[in-house]
Amino acid sequence: MATTSSLVPRVKLFGVPYSVCTSRVIMCLLEKQVEYDLQLVDIVTTQDHKKSEFLKLQPFGMIPILQDKDFSIFESRAIIRYIARKHEGQGTPLYGTSNKDKAMVDQWMEVEAQNYNPAIAPAVWNLVHAPLFGQHGDPVVANASIEKLEKVLDVYEGVLSQSKYLAGDFFSLADLSHLPFNHYLIHEGKRGDIFDKRPHVNAWWKSISSRPTWKKHLSVAFPGKKFD
Amino acid sequence: MAVKVYGIPLSTATRNAMATLYEKGVEFELVTVNMKEGAHKRPEHLKLNPFGKVPVYQDEDVTLFESRAINRYISTKYEGQGTPLFGKTPSEKALVEQWIEVEGQNYYPAMSPLNYQLFFKKMFSGEGPDEAIVATNVQKLNAVLDIYEARLAESKYLAGDFFSLADLSHYAQTEYFMKHSGKSDLITSRPHVASWWEDISNRSSWQKTITYGSS
Repeated sequence: MATTSSLVPRVKLFGVPYSVCTSRVIMCLLEKQVEYDLQLVDIVTTQDHKKSEFLKLQPFGMIPILQDKDFSIFESRAIIRYIARKHEGQGTPLYGTSNKDKAMVDQWMEVEAQNYNPAIAPAVWNLVHAPLFGQHGDPVVANASIEKLEKVLDVYEGVLSQSKYLAGDFFSLADLSHLPFNHYLIHEGKRGDIFDKRPHVNAWWKSISSRPTWKKHLSVAFPGKKFD
Repeated sequence: MAVKVYGIPLSTATRNAMATLYEKGVEFELVTVNMKEGAHKRPEHLKLNPFGKVPVYQDEDVTLFESRAINRYISTKYEGQGTPLFGKTPSEKALVEQWIEVEGQNYYPAMSPLNYQLFFKKMFSGEGPDEAIVATNVQKLNAVLDIYEARLAESKYLAGDFFSLADLSHYAQTEYFMKHSGKSDLITSRPHVASWWEDISNRSSWQKTITYGSS
C-alpha cells in the first residue's frame, strides 16, 4: 500500500533483517506503513560496520542506521521514536493517543532498555549468537541472566494482569521493542518455559508475536522457517 | 496539585530528574523515600514503581518512573517554559533522542559499574572493588569517551550547538565519577569532553541539584 508519493525518496535502513535492533526498526516501519529500502550491511564476513565509511554515520560501529534524505539517525530506540512521531497520522498509533499515553510508552520503553534488555541480552548472546560469531557461549552466564530476567518478568506478570499491553490497552513502541529478543530466546534459545509459566506474560507474548506485521517480518528475516 | 518527586537527594536518577525540573523552572516537592530502611521495597512504594526504585514522579494524574522517561515527560509538558531541552526542530529532537539512547546504552553501562565498584560498594557494604569488573569497564568507557571526544570536537553539545536532555542525562553518573571514582583523568585527559563537562556541570540547574538541602 503506497502511502508516500513516488516522488518522495524512501528512507534507507542500514542493517540486517535478523539483527535484534534492525528488527525493532523494521517492525516499526511496518506498523507505521512507511516504505523503506533495506541496505544490507555485512556484519559477519567483511565487517562493513567497522569500516570508516560506516563509522562516519555511526561512530559506535553498530547497526542499524536510518537515513531520511540527508538526515541520519542511529540507536534503534531513537529511530523508532522518530518514525512513530514523524508518521503519527498513519498506521498503528504506537505512542497511543494522549500525552499520558505517550508518557507511559516512554516509561515502558525505558523499562525495556534499562531492566529487560540487560537481563535478556546475555542469555541470547550465550545461547544463540556467540556460536554464530565463532565464540563460545557460556551456559553459566546465560542461566544467571535468565534468573535476572525472571525477576523482571514477575513484575511484567503483575502489570499485564491489569492491562492488555505494557503502556495500557493499546499496542505501542514499548511492546514492539520486546519482540526481537523474546523471539530469539524462545525459538532459538528454547527458553519459552519462562513465558509459559506466567499466564499474563504468555498471553501478551502470544498476542504481540501473532501480529501480521511481525509474521511478515519473520518470513523475510527467516525465509522458510515456521514459528508457532 | 504540586509536582512530587519521590527519591533521595543523593540518588543519581533522582538528581537527573531534579536537574530537569530546575532547567524547566518547575517547582516541585522532593518526598524522601527512606531507602536505608528499605522503604522502596515495601508495598506503598511498589504501588508507584513495581521495580522498587527511585525516582517516581507525580504530576496531576500522571505517575511515572524511569528517570529518562520522567525527564522526557517534563521536557514535553513544560515545553513553553525554561530551557528548551529537545532543540527546536524535529531533526534536532531526533538527535537529542539519539544521544539520550547513546547515554543509556553505551555511557551509563560503562560508567555506572565503575561508580558502584569504586565508590558506592564500599559505602553500602564495606567491600572493596572487583578489579576485573573495574578493568573491563575502564576499557569500555575509554572506547566510548574516544567517540565523545570526536563528537564534541565538532559540536558544542552532544545533539548540536544547543544544550539538551541528551547532555543532562550524563549529569549524575559523571558527577560521582569525577569526584569519587579516582578515575576522573579519563575525562580530564580528553580536552573536548573535559570542557563540555566543565560547561554543563556549571549550569545553575546542576549546581542547585548537588547543593540541594544545604543552606
